[in-house]
This record gives sequence, C-alpha cells and structure tokens, in this order.
Amino acid sequence: MNLSWMAWTLPTAAFFVTILLLLVGMAAWEYASPGGNPRVGILRFETTRGDRLFVSLLGSAFIHLTWLGLIGPNLWWALALSVVYAIGVFRFV
Amino acid sequence: MNKTWNNKAWFMVLPVLLLVALSAVIPLMTVVNYSVQDTFGNNQFFWAGTEWFQEMLTSDRFWAAMGRNLMFSAIVLAIEIPLGIVIALNMPKSGWGVPVCLVSMALPLLIPWNVVGTIWQVFGRVDIGLLGYSLRQIGIDYNYVNDPFDAWVTVIGMDVWHWTSLVVLLCYAGLVSIPDAYYQAAKIDGASRWAVFRYIQLPKMNRVLLIAVLLRFMDSFMIYTEPFVVTGGGPGNATTFLSIDLVKMAVGQFDIGPAAAMSIIYFLIILLMSWVFYTVMTNYDAER
Repeated sequence: MNLSWMAWTLPTAAFFVTILLLLVGMAAWEYASPGGNPRVGILRFETTRGDRLFVSLLGSAFIHLTWLGLIGPNLWWALALSVVYAIGVFRFV
Repeated sequence: MNKTWNNKAWFMVLPVLLLVALSAVIPLMTVVNYSVQDTFGNNQFFWAGTEWFQEMLTSDRFWAAMGRNLMFSAIVLAIEIPLGIVIALNMPKSGWGVPVCLVSMALPLLIPWNVVGTIWQVFGRVDIGLLGYSLRQIGIDYNYVNDPFDAWVTVIGMDVWHWTSLVVLLCYAGLVSIPDAYYQAAKIDGASRWAVFRYIQLPKMNRVLLIAVLLRFMDSFMIYTEPFVVTGGGPGNATTFLSIDLVKMAVGQFDIGPAAAMSIIYFLIILLMSWVFYTVMTNYDAER
C-alpha cells in the first residue's frame, strides 16, 4: 500500500507514536486500576484521569501555539512548561 | 457489593473505532504531516518545521478572519437569542396554532445550507431580488456585491432567518415544560408579566438557552456554505470568515502547508469549545 500521499516524516511519526503510547499507557493504567479515579479538583467538577489527559494535551497544544506566536520557534521551553502544566493538571484538576 | 469490571465490552466499540480512524484520524494525521512541510505538488514534500504555524500566528490575514468570525458569532447570538425567546414566549401553548407554528418554525431548519445561500443570493439582488429591488425602490442604496456593510447585513439576516427557529424551538420546549401551578402561584401573588418572565420562565429556560447559545456559537464559528454562496467572502475580504479563508488558501492558492497549519489551529479552537460545551452540559446534568 502506497502511503506517500500522507507525507510522513520522522518527527510527526514520533509525535503520533507518543500520543499512541500515552493512550496505551492510560489503557494499562485503567486495566490495573479500573474506574478512572474520578475526583473533584480545582475546576470544581468531576474529572477522570482520561479527562485530565485530554485537558493536559489540549492545554499543551495551546501553550506551544502561544509560545510560537509570542516568543519564537524554539519550543523546548514550551515543552518543559507543558510537562509542568500536565503534572499540575494530574495533581490538582 | 463489589462491582464486576469486564473490559471485554470494549471490543464492541472496535468497529466504530475503525470507522473513526478511517474517516477522521487518518485525514487528521495527514493534515499534521502537511502542516510541517512545503509542497509544490507531485507528492514532493520539503521539511518546513513550525514555519507555517508561526506564519499563521503572526499573520494579519489570519487574525482578521478570526476577528470577523468572532464578530459574526457575537452579532448573530445577540440577535438570535433574544429574538428566539420573544417568539417562543408569543407562540400559542395549545390549540391548532401549536402545530402550525412548530412546522413554520421547523421549515428553515430543513433547508440545506447551499440552498439557503442561493435563496438569499437571489433575494438580495438589486435587479431581480425581492429584497434588493424593494430597498432600491424605496431609496436605500443597497448592494451586497459592492458594499461591505450591506454584505454583512445580508449574511447576518440570512443566518438569523435560518437559525433563529432553532432557538425558538428549544425555548418553546423549555416553556411548555413549566407546570401551570407556577403561573397560578404568580397570579395569586399579583406578579407582573416581567416578574413571571424573570423569576419563572427564564430560570426554567436556563438549560435550553445554554444549549442554544453553545450550539449557535459553535455553528456560527464554523460557518462556510451560506456566506460562500452569497458573497464568496467579498466584497474584498469583508465576509471572509476562517473557513472561507482556509478553503481559499488550500484550494485557491494551493498553499497546502499554511492551510494545514491554519486547519490545526482552527481545529484546536473548535475542540476547546466542544470540550467546554460537553463539560458544561454534563455538569449541569450532574448538578440537577
């Protein structure tokens, strides 16, 4: 099957593999500890760990875009900020 | 009692996952791939990194389209929500008028977007259109083809005509669910018409109004077909909303990389709004 029209590159493949691994990791976590660990955090509504992953990924995307728009193309600090943000989400949301 | 967890049920959703993968995930992956590359066709791609994203985020054209889109959403919401409430309040609650009103209200919703666009394109024409010709005859210098203000009025008028019915039907559903006892109590207390609306009808319509606001905001933010058919994004770029600009960039100019980057930014905004919509709805249900 010719997939050249999808224009794959190593960085984008690595990006999607990372997302896939995160999902597999979440599935494994769910298998080990079923129920999704629902709790009410600082947003004052119930979230499961799946919700927290979604909020982390969506927030990280906006952190990267904001960094790119306001500061510049060096995104390593944006990545570090996103990791801190994701830890915060999983800890407090 | 311990609940039994059986994760085998997840296999039941496998067909849907495959369908979503083919229809959404694979195209989305392709867009992401395109957004970091440049191409001149013939399946030849050149790495561009985050260049297109940076170009989009610092582009006046992108922010102008975003501004127009937000202004359009704000205007249609400011018109459609109060108008929908007023119409719903004045609709009959019983008798033969109910089905007549409901069917009349549902009619605009049943018309496909491109047909609505075509209707209004003809309707607004100054040579043969009822609206355009009539306005010209009474001395109003109306021409949506040349005048940006007239183009906006036409596009907003079209959206209000097409979608106010949705708000009306949602509000009407909220209103008919209010038990008569509330109105009787208000009458005994000598409540004014405004007091009945403010303290009985409006609180009872809260939920449906929330749905109406969120649905209309998301829908108006993604509008494409109707303004494209009526104005084609013009005159100039006066009615070029994000989706129209995106199509111009991708199909008209064949700037696949920047268009892909714009798609992803647009997608993320829609995704954020959808999440807010879902969260607000589910938590409202939980509170109730």
